[in-house]
Amino acid sequence: MTINVRFFASLRERIGQATMTLDADGITTARDVWKAVSGESPDEEMLVAINKEYAGLDRAVADGDEVAFFPPVTGG
Amino acid sequence: MTVEIREHPFDPWQTVSEYRSNHLVAGKSGASAVFVGTMRDFNEGDEVQAMVLEHYPGMTEQQLKDMRDQAVSKHDLEDALVVHRVGTVHPGDDIVLVAAFSAHRKAALDACREMMEVLKSTAPFWKKETLAQGERWVERNTPR
Repeated sequence: MTINVRFFASLRERIGQATMTLDADGITTARDVWKAVSGESPDEEMLVAINKEYAGLDRAVADGDEVAFFPPVTGG
Repeated sequence: MTVEIREHPFDPWQTVSEYRSNHLVAGKSGASAVFVGTMRDFNEGDEVQAMVLEHYPGMTEQQLKDMRDQAVSKHDLEDALVVHRVGTVHPGDDIVLVAAFSAHRKAALDACREMMEVLKSTAPFWKKETLAQGERWVERNTPR
């Protein structure tokens, strides 16, 4: 399964890159994606979007999905 | 046009004026409620020299459009306009414009306030401040 992963703001700086292509088996949820790319458990405040819509960490992901991780938003 | 991300400085008052002239039907909106958010030169006790606003291209526009369309529908607005800056901003630069146009004042004022609160809590934007002592991410918005 191939997942296009994106990181924004402080998470992008922490991971050290803005995008990543994850090619892995055994990935079923956004939580699995985060563990695979960061090696860490998700921070409680972290937000997730799948294909540019907000999603929970336990939402299923599919081949070709864009999964984004970012901190709380601070616009306006 | 009802939702825009701007990469360069803009004048919100001129934007509202032009929008009214070009898009609103004269005589229908008895009430226009406008909120403009402007960059401060202080935050959490520190002097802020500049700020970089980042967004998630595609998702941010869609979130703002959904928010705007829901407000128009819920409050039966004549129209609504949302404009937000990205890129480098300096103190005094305008960051956000939210305008609601309605037949009567309550719907316009309520919708303007609601859109601003939804934008603050859900629209994917992030701010990084430049201080005299270095840079820092804004971790959360003020509650009001």
